[in-house]
Amino acid sequence: MKRGVQGSGFRVQGWLRVALAPLLAFWLAAGAVASAIEPYEFESELQRQRFKALAEELRCTVCQNQSLADSDAPLAQDLRGEVFRMLQDNRSDQEIRNFMVERYGDYVLYRPPLAAHTLLLWGGPIVLLLIGLVAAVIVIRKRRSAL
Amino acid sequence: MIRMLIPLGVFLALLGLLIAGLKTSEERKLVQSPLIGKPLPQFSLPGLYDANSVTGRTDLLGEPFILNVWGSWCWACRVEHPFVERLGREAPIELVGFNWKDEREDALAWIDQFGDAWDRHLVDYEGKVAIDLGVYGAPETFLVDHEGIIRHKHIGPIDANVFQDLMRRAMQLKAETES
Repeated sequence: MKRGVQGSGFRVQGWLRVALAPLLAFWLAAGAVASAIEPYEFESELQRQRFKALAEELRCTVCQNQSLADSDAPLAQDLRGEVFRMLQDNRSDQEIRNFMVERYGDYVLYRPPLAAHTLLLWGGPIVLLLIGLVAAVIVIRKRRSAL
Repeated sequence: MIRMLIPLGVFLALLGLLIAGLKTSEERKLVQSPLIGKPLPQFSLPGLYDANSVTGRTDLLGEPFILNVWGSWCWACRVEHPFVERLGREAPIELVGFNWKDEREDALAWIDQFGDAWDRHLVDYEGKVAIDLGVYGAPETFLVDHEGIIRHKHIGPIDANVFQDLMRRAMQLKAETES
């Protein structure tokens, strides 16, 4: 009995599922992007994209490892509002980043700038790679000469 | 024999580096304000008891002052309140309360319950001036000199040690103004 109901249900809904699948996928994707973002009225698609990119690369200073785009914290909402306002004022991405850095320091940037005190951060991986390469060359040469 | 010790040396060096990193991880949570040494931003904010009164940057200049950011929603502000009250009584300079993203009735009820520690009140309901000040969490306490330059910022509740430090700095600013 139960089996029959399930079976028929499946048959009827088969085509419906196929039709709804893309809709569901779209809804999930939209939800993931817009979870923390207020419904701002953007002037253009480009402005929306810029807002999204900026909100994702600016750190929410009150949260642990969340960007402005991720966070529901009141301060993050305020800062998103500021980003939106500045976009409306036709300010450039760099001006908006500078606005945040002037107030909260380099910490707000998920991509820290290349400066004297961040040289080790940016150059470190390359230096380590070079050390590894040199060590590898030395080891290989020694093994060769030992053969 | 010595060659065998190299990996151990590398390991110990790495261990040392990680331990040093552990020690600073607490400090790293605090965002060092880039505004220290910079002038206080322009603002125009209402008062707390009188919503129609307006205080601007120039109204505060001339004398150094302490700016204490708080909100009735802020639990840590209760914790620091006894020290804020002491600052209000003992510090030689004005103590300005900066009520941040708060409802007026809530703030007034809070003051009724815990006491008004501040000499003067500013209300930033929208939090725009707080953004200009680089505020990212209450409580925060700024020291501003008589020329309107932000000289010091403490993030988090004031405890006995911080109170001593703030008192010392406030006296320095006062002496600086008089000389």
